[in-house]
Amino acid sequence: MENKAAVSFRHITKAFGSKVVANKDVSMDIMSGEILALLGENGSGKTTLMNMLSGIYHQDSGEIFVNGEEAYINSPKDAYALGIGMIHQHFKLVDVFTATENVALGMDKKTTGGAKEIAKAITEICDRYGFDVDPKKKVYNMTVSQKQTLEIVKALYRGANILILDEPTAVLTPQETDKLFAVLRNMKADGKSIIIITHKLNEVLAISDRVAILRKGEYIDSVITSEATVQSLTDMMVGQKVELDIERPEVEDKQLRLTIDHLTCLDKYGVTALDDVSLEAYGGEILGIAGISGSGQKQLLEAVAGLQEAQDGASITYIDPESGAKEELIGKSVTEIKKRGIALSFVPEDRLGMGLVGAMGMSDNMMLRSYEKGHSPFTDRKTPRDLANRVKDELEVVTPGISTPVRKLSGGNVQKVLVGREIASNPTVLMAAYAVRGLDINTSYTIYRLLNEQKKKGVAVIYVGEDLDVLLALCDRIAVLCGGKLNGIVDGRTATKEEVGLMMTNLNTEEKEGE
Amino acid sequence: MIVSFIHRAIMQGIPLLFGATGEIVTEKSGNLNLGIPGVMYVGGISGVIGAFMYENSLPDKSMANPFLAIMIPLLCSLLGSLIMGLIYSFLTTTLRANQNVTGLAITTFGVGLGNFFGGSLIKIVGADVPSITLSTTSKFFSAHLPFADNMGWFGEIFLSYGFLAYLAVIIAIVTSLFLKKTRTGLNLRAVGENPATADAAGVNVSRYKYMSTCVGSMIAGLGGLYYVMDYVSGVWSNDGFGDRGWLAIALVIFTVWKPNFAIIGSILFGGLYIIHNYLNQFFPFIPVDMSTQELIKMAPYLVTVLVLIVNSMRNKRENQPPEALGLSYFREDR
Amino acid sequence: MTTTKAVTKEASSREKPFHIVKRTDMPKWKSWLIRILSVLASLIVCAIIIVAVTGDNPFAVYGTMVKGAVGSARRVWVLLQEVAMLLCVSLAVTPAFKMRFWNIGAEGQVLMGGLGATAVMLLLGHKLPAPVVLVLVIVVSIICGAVWGVIPAVFKAFWNTNETLFTLMMNYIAIQIVSYFTYVWSSNKGNNVINTINTDNHAGWLNLPQSVDQYGYLLNIIIVAVLTVLMYFYLNRSKQGYEIAVVGESINTARYAGINVKKVIIRTMLISGALCGVAGMLLVSGTDHTITPNTAAGRGFTAIMVSWLAKFNPLFMVLTSLLLVFMERGAIEISTVFGLNTSFSEIIAGIIIFFIIGSEFFINYSIKRTHAKEVESK
Repeated sequence: MENKAAVSFRHITKAFGSKVVANKDVSMDIMSGEILALLGENGSGKTTLMNMLSGIYHQDSGEIFVNGEEAYINSPKDAYALGIGMIHQHFKLVDVFTATENVALGMDKKTTGGAKEIAKAITEICDRYGFDVDPKKKVYNMTVSQKQTLEIVKALYRGANILILDEPTAVLTPQETDKLFAVLRNMKADGKSIIIITHKLNEVLAISDRVAILRKGEYIDSVITSEATVQSLTDMMVGQKVELDIERPEVEDKQLRLTIDHLTCLDKYGVTALDDVSLEAYGGEILGIAGISGSGQKQLLEAVAGLQEAQDGASITYIDPESGAKEELIGKSVTEIKKRGIALSFVPEDRLGMGLVGAMGMSDNMMLRSYEKGHSPFTDRKTPRDLANRVKDELEVVTPGISTPVRKLSGGNVQKVLVGREIASNPTVLMAAYAVRGLDINTSYTIYRLLNEQKKKGVAVIYVGEDLDVLLALCDRIAVLCGGKLNGIVDGRTATKEEVGLMMTNLNTEEKEGE
Repeated sequence: MIVSFIHRAIMQGIPLLFGATGEIVTEKSGNLNLGIPGVMYVGGISGVIGAFMYENSLPDKSMANPFLAIMIPLLCSLLGSLIMGLIYSFLTTTLRANQNVTGLAITTFGVGLGNFFGGSLIKIVGADVPSITLSTTSKFFSAHLPFADNMGWFGEIFLSYGFLAYLAVIIAIVTSLFLKKTRTGLNLRAVGENPATADAAGVNVSRYKYMSTCVGSMIAGLGGLYYVMDYVSGVWSNDGFGDRGWLAIALVIFTVWKPNFAIIGSILFGGLYIIHNYLNQFFPFIPVDMSTQELIKMAPYLVTVLVLIVNSMRNKRENQPPEALGLSYFREDR
Repeated sequence: MTTTKAVTKEASSREKPFHIVKRTDMPKWKSWLIRILSVLASLIVCAIIIVAVTGDNPFAVYGTMVKGAVGSARRVWVLLQEVAMLLCVSLAVTPAFKMRFWNIGAEGQVLMGGLGATAVMLLLGHKLPAPVVLVLVIVVSIICGAVWGVIPAVFKAFWNTNETLFTLMMNYIAIQIVSYFTYVWSSNKGNNVINTINTDNHAGWLNLPQSVDQYGYLLNIIIVAVLTVLMYFYLNRSKQGYEIAVVGESINTARYAGINVKKVIIRTMLISGALCGVAGMLLVSGTDHTITPNTAAGRGFTAIMVSWLAKFNPLFMVLTSLLLVFMERGAIEISTVFGLNTSFSEIIAGIIIFFIIGSEFFINYSIKRTHAKEVESK
């Protein structure tokens, strides 16, 4: 595919604040008429780079060339003028508008004509590439997949020749993904350049012509997809061959600590997110939860934590390690769970938006889950301060002081604060969601070590992860979710990556015998 | 009698209609301008200053030129409210200050400005008149079609107002069409609903916020101008404008952000504002004293609260305030 | 970082010359320096305006202002009383604001509290012993304020009704209710003025004996001073204060921490309204001994600015309310001396607030020059 470059980045650098460098001296090309996969781990700077191309951010230094000419992209409008359209992960649609109105937004009426003309054009685009959009439908009545389609139509309508999709499959079912890929191929055949941001290797291999890899904000290399393998791509993405040297200690005495029976939960839109899942968690083991994002992991953990309502017929039983008494968790609020002495710790996915209060310092954050203790109307300030100092020393948290707002700390340090607090409460069950997302290797290993320590102490650890290598190296058992259903549980020691990967994407329709 | 009631209700409603239309335009961009009461005061006093200067420059009041007598106060009023809109926009949009605090400061400032000049204009200018009475220019503002008087009830209800009253209705209708039918209106609504989306679609969010707030302020300011130049015949009295600015904001909620509804709504609110004067005539058998009128004056606010509650309970998407109302927008916020 | 010599090409004229970046790392002293500078800048602008209006020299004018604010013992007392009243309302709205609940209904809550006090004084003043009346005054005004505050909170908690608009409307409902009662209870039929209540037995009056407290403001000031300290500890040290802070930061975090968000919203607004009720009581039974629809005198709105400018810290609020009241008293003096309208003080207040809220931008954001293109050095 010898073609000229549609977009060239030259020495692009972008920093947020004074600490976080999102992109460092990135130079790379996007050829016209190709599907380029922009590959990298979370936090590798893929989205930031593309946001500069689409006019959301502005680079601190460096140049962007579009079709060979230097481009000054100060706003999304500039980007559109250059034929660049981006489909963001969080859709940029106005909920109370119809599809037509969303397409018309920001366009000159002279060029678009009225609603009728636009609706007609939408239908034409749909027919050409094989979409389905109802021009009169309001966005708030659309499914996620429909919204994404509308976003693509919107970009095409604006004459986008360079289309950027930011993790487009994260919210789609496998069938919807296939449909999307078919459309992307149609568009490529039509001469469009497509950049797809992703960290899923199977998709990279399935759809792209070429892969460009970013790591920690820096451009590593690009390869022709047909010449790449999962192994080679992973190596580039992670930097060295992924030989995960994660310890997996053996614990002999495994006690049942948590049983989940027939758990069904709806998401906030009322769609079934978790479908009749039954699981058991034992003390002294790490139970991994695998699945593409949005397969019900969030609902599973939050249901246990008392944050998510379950449908009738479900049961979650906690078994107290001291007395052996059983406690039903369904129907109990977080406060009740705390009051009943149920030792449940939870490291949620959204660290600063849920697990911690960004504006508060380490010390105040330490009491988030325990401030109610004692009868005094005033908070005990000494205990959390001591705990904050202990966590700071033991986990080597880098912070100017324990009263510095945690929002100002780096991602790794934020996670140390959160995990440190959750472990300090001596849990019986410890749940951690994407505990190493966005963290550097060293901090990740610290987290693995901490989880293993808990396991050795007899804690039942539930670890939701996205990196299969880590799951396979760390966990004793791995429960694989697919589309909200439990698609089987495998042994972390014997299972292969392919096996788990397949279970994540292909629902086993045959009724599987539970363990 | 009913005719005169409707007539007075419309007179009362016009300032509210200006204020509400202006505030709707502003709020559609996501700016909750609680400074509207202040802006309306400034719109009024600026017009007064213009008219006062003009009248004092005339050697003889009878020499007043109708065109100048209208244009000078009108332009002064628009300029005054424009400046207020600019202050609000600069603080909230450019400097991203909190909208509620800024708005309330604008109201404090604007009401202060109005009362200050209203009370001190004569002193500052050093004019040789006892009080601000602008009957000459006011005459032109309140002039209505000559044949209206001969057309009985029809004339009184529909034709007996100064030109600003018709302008208010026209502006409300135009605004309504503008928001519903034009692309600019669509873009504006998008800015208020979801500025990030509008931005991504190439809409200049800041420019829209500035424009809508300034235009909205100018429209609202005309409400103040109408009040002094027409309704009270050019006699400024401090705090005379009262709580009409807040009533205009109530009207915005009451009409669920729809300027065409505001036309009817303003008459309704205007009617409620004065109905106590008529209750004795309408229902002689019910004793109505001064105290009851205060309770009746509560009605517009009460129904507004009810509308607010009902809409939040029904949770119908189209009847909600613009989603980004009250929030500043910063593109690089993640 | 070694930068090569920057050369601005003509082509880059299409680039914006600067862009705005959020900053997180400004040291505290620097942010306070910016705030102080903004106050100074506002005073300079005020001076220019004052000079333009009065034609006097600015130093003399500020001299007049100082004299007006603290020129005599009486004036000092009035100043302190005004600060206390404004501060009391500011304290009241602060817990709600910290929770990101926009209670702009303090004006109405104060009035309702005052109305409760008035009702007890008028209706029971001669029927019950004075100490009982006073206790009832306190209890009833607190309840009235709290009820007025909690209504919007309940709707916010259960139906997410927009609290800014709701509390705003509640102000005018309260004003009309008070207007109604000023007619009903007017001393001379139909003149809608309630004369000073219980001048004979002082039932329900919250004042120290005149021998101790010449102007009758001391008790108010003491009460508010105590409330300020209490509020500081409530917000910063108590469990409920902690809950408020968490809810204000993130509802999700609050849920995760097991905080009942609805309960906190309702409870906090009960407190906010109750404190407004106290302010109303202090105004009616501690100061005016009567009520008018204008008893709150816009303090409900000014308080929002006081609280905001002080970053919701009760101790700083003493300073911000002092600043505003000082300028107000001074401006009133200027108006009197120069025969101008007293609304001059509102203009001054507006300008000061504009400057301070504008200055926050420079604390939270920095303007960066867009990097000029660097010449390749190799």
